[in-house]
Amino acid sequence: MTSTFLPDKRTGPDLAVPSPTKASARGRARRRTLNWLTAVGFQLPALVLFVGLVLLPMLFALYAAFFRWGGFGMPSDYTGAGNFTRLFQDPVFLGDLWRCLVLVLLSLALQLPFALAMAVLLNQRLRGRAVYRMLFFAPYVLSEAITGVLFSMVFAPDAGLADHVLGGIGLDGLGGEWFADPSYVMATLFLVMTWKYFGFHMMLYLAGLQSIPAELTEAALIDGANAWQRFRNVTLPLLAPTLRISVFLSVIGSIQLFDLVWVVTQGGPDHHSETMAVTMFQYGFKRYQVGYASAISVVMFGICLVFALAYQRFVLRRDLEGATTTMRGDGK
Amino acid sequence: MGDRALSRRGFLAASAAAGLGVTALSGCGGDSDGGSSSGTTTVEWWNISTTQPTKSVWAGLAKKFEAQNPKVKLKIVQLENDAYKSKMTALTASGKLPDIFHTWGGGVLKQQIDAGLVEDLTDRTKPWADGLLPVAKQPYLIDDKVYGIPFDIGMIGFWYNKALFKQAGISEPPTTWGDFLDAVNKLKAKSITPLALAGKETWTGMYYWAYLAMRTAGIDALQKADEAKDFTGAGFVEAGQHFKDLIQLQPFQKGFLGAAYSTPTGQAATVGNGKAAMELMGQWAPVVEADAGKGLGANLGFFPFPAVEGGKGVITEVFGGGGGHALRKGAPQAAVDFLKFFASETSDLELVKKTGALPVVPAAASALSDPNTKAVQAQLTGATGFQLYLDQAYAPAVGQEVNDSVGALIAGSKSPEQVAQSITKVAKEEQ
Repeated sequence: MTSTFLPDKRTGPDLAVPSPTKASARGRARRRTLNWLTAVGFQLPALVLFVGLVLLPMLFALYAAFFRWGGFGMPSDYTGAGNFTRLFQDPVFLGDLWRCLVLVLLSLALQLPFALAMAVLLNQRLRGRAVYRMLFFAPYVLSEAITGVLFSMVFAPDAGLADHVLGGIGLDGLGGEWFADPSYVMATLFLVMTWKYFGFHMMLYLAGLQSIPAELTEAALIDGANAWQRFRNVTLPLLAPTLRISVFLSVIGSIQLFDLVWVVTQGGPDHHSETMAVTMFQYGFKRYQVGYASAISVVMFGICLVFALAYQRFVLRRDLEGATTTMRGDGK
Repeated sequence: MGDRALSRRGFLAASAAAGLGVTALSGCGGDSDGGSSSGTTTVEWWNISTTQPTKSVWAGLAKKFEAQNPKVKLKIVQLENDAYKSKMTALTASGKLPDIFHTWGGGVLKQQIDAGLVEDLTDRTKPWADGLLPVAKQPYLIDDKVYGIPFDIGMIGFWYNKALFKQAGISEPPTTWGDFLDAVNKLKAKSITPLALAGKETWTGMYYWAYLAMRTAGIDALQKADEAKDFTGAGFVEAGQHFKDLIQLQPFQKGFLGAAYSTPTGQAATVGNGKAAMELMGQWAPVVEADAGKGLGANLGFFPFPAVEGGKGVITEVFGGGGGHALRKGAPQAAVDFLKFFASETSDLELVKKTGALPVVPAAASALSDPNTKAVQAQLTGATGFQLYLDQAYAPAVGQEVNDSVGALIAGSKSPEQVAQSITKVAKEEQ
């Protein structure tokens, strides 16, 4: 059914009405031009917006990254790769890269498995599971800024809810300075990130789980597979496409993390929770070293791009192939 | 007053006001030329007084001015502090500023002057501006020329809880750094948290370093170091060392590294709720303490930053800043008239009485009633030297690096020498 969009299938009744004479050939040519113009006409507004608001600023940032530029007038002080060499000697930026890696690994190792476990659990027949699903998904709907303000209150040392609760169950030893402690700030931040985002991944998995035909699990059951075997050999392989997309979103999200960090810690204490986007903001909008900030954004873009391409090429290939084979369908 | 405090109200306020900024941006398309259709001049006045009661008091003064000058229309554009700063950056880049605009003076104003966008007011305001409080005019004096007229002035100093001081047996506020450290020890001995600090907002820590540098290296040194792009002089390292002596006493509240300034668990609230004995803050501190916390009322006292034994600076040199107005190059005469009106004794009396601003017209000081505000005012009037907030006086990158590396000193990841070196490095990178 997707093949109706292919040009060579366009010899449908509407196009085949006139007999194959020279006049109709001209008519067809005119119609093709008209089609083309219509297509351009419809795409133009979106294209203008995309070029003006996305493509040009990106290209300009790439250009500005090679200048020492304070944001006034046009960049003129060309420094070659100076901004980039400075970047990779800057302990804060190198720390950003390290923290980024830690966040990605933590997300993959803890957050997603947790979301999967919750999804499998809430896919069972369970009283009030709709309520649970809604509750777990709710944090995702909340804005990052609100989440940030909320948790800076929850984790306020001594006065916050977290310390009160821990104190109430006799675990005051576990309470601490949370966001204020350089050694624990990332862990606390990750806790908040998990609270906020696991519901989203859980929803993805739930949707994936529900598209798995019940017969397969039943068949496995009849073959004597236990619960773990059913999960490992039936559910997990069939959920793989969803998992791959979820991993992709999670990694890109970790690389670009900004709002939450900015609201809660502004990258502190002493840069211990700073991410690439926060560093970029500090340089671009606080120090007015726009050239240097552009270099940071270019590196960030590069990392995302390389990851996205590699991921598509090596991991998503099978999922995407499914989509492309139908497009190539009639060529075979 | 309070403007600077509001500037630190954090991201939420800023992002809320960013919406406002966009509205203002779209609202001021082509009519900023002071168009004089039918003989009336429209003067655009950009300010950051978005909070009450200041907002309505200012609007009232504008109405009064319009009544006195029937041929002049004032168009007020109000932006929240952070939004205003970003908008002005964009306007400076575009080469056109509003007729009358808010300024803090210092490096940012100089940047706009260097771009040829600001009117030189030296001669046009001389007859009446000479009578204004000298220290208040300082931030807008650039190369000995007047580029702005103040409406508020303030300074940083220690705000302390008299009851807690009494409890710790401290009879008099300390006047030397040694006495100050003793006082901190005495408070700690009574299990009282001596100081509140908003470690998340690094400008709060910068005040200590800046004052100590003024006291050790002398008031001229900060200006000279900026010009020479060299902060490695002995006075600056010594200042860092003195601060480190304080930090090592662990005088700050629990979790101060993550604390904000004006939130319900922040620096101001900690002092305002009596949970810490002191904070180093500007003249707006009592208002924010009462707003974010309970406020101390009559228990609140003020003392100037102590002198450092053997240092080049003296206790009467102040660190602070205020608010003022500058005019765009070629602004109509009506704009100058308005500055004169706004800095007149009657207007200033109203500002002092109703908005809590500190007087810039000496005669308006009679309107002050609060003993602490009076103390600040006395200190300012008797000031023998004045240093503007470093993040306004220096280029933005240098100012931020001061904040940032002093923050690292507090967190223990940089030594006093490294602080001086980091600032020097950034100052050298700036052209």
